[in-house]
Amino acid sequence: MSDKATETEDLITAIETPVYLKYNFTAGAATTRFLHQVRKGKLTGQRRPECDCGHVYVPARGSCAACGLATTEEVELGDKATVQSFTIVWIPIPNNPIQPPYIVANLVPDGANISFIHLMSECDNDSVHIGQRVEAVWKPEEEWDYAMDNIRYFRPLDEPDVPIEMIGKVPLSGWEGEA
Amino acid sequence: MQYAAVTGIGQTHYKARRGDVSIAGLVREAAQNALDDAGLGWDDIEAVIIGKAPDMFEGVIMPEVYLADALGCNGKPMLRVHTAGSVGGSTALVAASHVQSGTFRRVLTVTFEKQSESNAMWALSNPQPFSPHLNAGAGGYFAPIMREYMRRSGAPWDTGIKVAVKDRLHGARNPLNHLQMPDITMKEVEESPMLWDPIRFLESCPSSDGACAMVIADEALAKQGPRPPVWIRGGAMRSEPTMYAGRDEANPQAGRDCAADVYSQAGIGNPRKELDCAEVYVPFSWYEPMWLENLGFAEQGEGWKLTMEGATSLDEGGDIPWNCSGGVLSSNPIGASGMIRFAESARQVRGDAGDHQVDGARTALGHAYGGGAQFYAMWIVSTEQA
Repeated sequence: MSDKATETEDLITAIETPVYLKYNFTAGAATTRFLHQVRKGKLTGQRRPECDCGHVYVPARGSCAACGLATTEEVELGDKATVQSFTIVWIPIPNNPIQPPYIVANLVPDGANISFIHLMSECDNDSVHIGQRVEAVWKPEEEWDYAMDNIRYFRPLDEPDVPIEMIGKVPLSGWEGEA
Repeated sequence: MQYAAVTGIGQTHYKARRGDVSIAGLVREAAQNALDDAGLGWDDIEAVIIGKAPDMFEGVIMPEVYLADALGCNGKPMLRVHTAGSVGGSTALVAASHVQSGTFRRVLTVTFEKQSESNAMWALSNPQPFSPHLNAGAGGYFAPIMREYMRRSGAPWDTGIKVAVKDRLHGARNPLNHLQMPDITMKEVEESPMLWDPIRFLESCPSSDGACAMVIADEALAKQGPRPPVWIRGGAMRSEPTMYAGRDEANPQAGRDCAADVYSQAGIGNPRKELDCAEVYVPFSWYEPMWLENLGFAEQGEGWKLTMEGATSLDEGGDIPWNCSGGVLSSNPIGASGMIRFAESARQVRGDAGDHQVDGARTALGHAYGGGAQFYAMWIVSTEQA
């Protein structure tokens, strides 16, 4: 009987069965410290003070992944950053509030030694480049939450480019164009 | 350590959508093909090692639970491996190590992805509060790394286009491939839509359904098989964190270390000269020149020269053809893609790669990477046992 059914009926090839997932994000000690500062409109990094590498991580996840040691000390970071690399996203993505083409950049904030990704805006997409200086544009204070989305985007600064070998090493005091 | 060899290889056709089979039917098809190839039945297998990429790619959580039956695992050990995109390679290596250790004499290893059952690209982008949600997908992650490679190497802008054409021309020789583009041109790739600058549509891998399987056996059993054994001369895996200060994302340390390890095991000093061909995980075109350097086929900053000179092209008579099967750029059932590289390297050594055979190939590299280019799996296979 079942054989007969498959001869006369179409093969069932697609029944949509959605999966819904809701995460309860547990930040842990290190990310809790980071998110509390972000909620106050401040970017902070973390490092291990006695570690030779001195690497400053942002957003810190609790340890230096290069040396494996806990990052116990908070480090103030600036709103200024340097473009380490970037892409121009052209692909249309369902339900994406950001309209292509837009820039997703790997940015190293002054005082940190690692990049994070964020949006770049108020810029000419064709003139965005590695080593370019940018600054954070924060949302209005009343919208701040425990989220990196408190920074709406980064926009270009009228400052000299950071040379390649200095990207990831710019101090909190910034980059004035001297090697 | 015991000798181990590939004695059976089975693949499915790779397509955008295999609506004719369930996931169980898909893996069964590849496994049956591998058993047939090895001249074996299900009872000849002692253990089954299965791998696939993240469960969200189909939305079927722990699929191995329901696939145990389809893969003949009743009464046998079954183990699942997961290392993101490199999983096809690491699954093969876990299977090989079960034989090399003497734990089992003959194992079946299977990997798959059925991408048409979910939306894989966005299954990787769940929101996290410490990072903005930018919906950039895998291409959005890798594109800035390719841009950095272009900057530091000074490679011609169309190097990626050349790779995209070369792998599709190779791919047209392989009837199993999802993409069949025998007439593809540089102009066609250049004019295809930009997705994540510098990645164009035709410089990206497709989303495919498919599965790949192999039988791996010890020395005595391998020599009884109907096919010439493909000896596993080296196998290595390495990992590194996705993010750490000072990480060289365009030339990751874990990839260099993994290559050095596998070459050392196989006695390879100069991979370009001593290997006959390589199947390397290149899901976006620019990863060919990047991996040519990472894997020691070229000096730093010079991988693109091999690509542009045609050294990696079968059609141009290159001395070190890469991805004669068509590579990930021609078929990408993610969880299986790494194992396809390993299986295709074995086919080359066995001399039965059909229209994409490298004449006289005796030693070949299979390679896979995964995650944020942080997991690596490689093997070297040869006609020679030692």
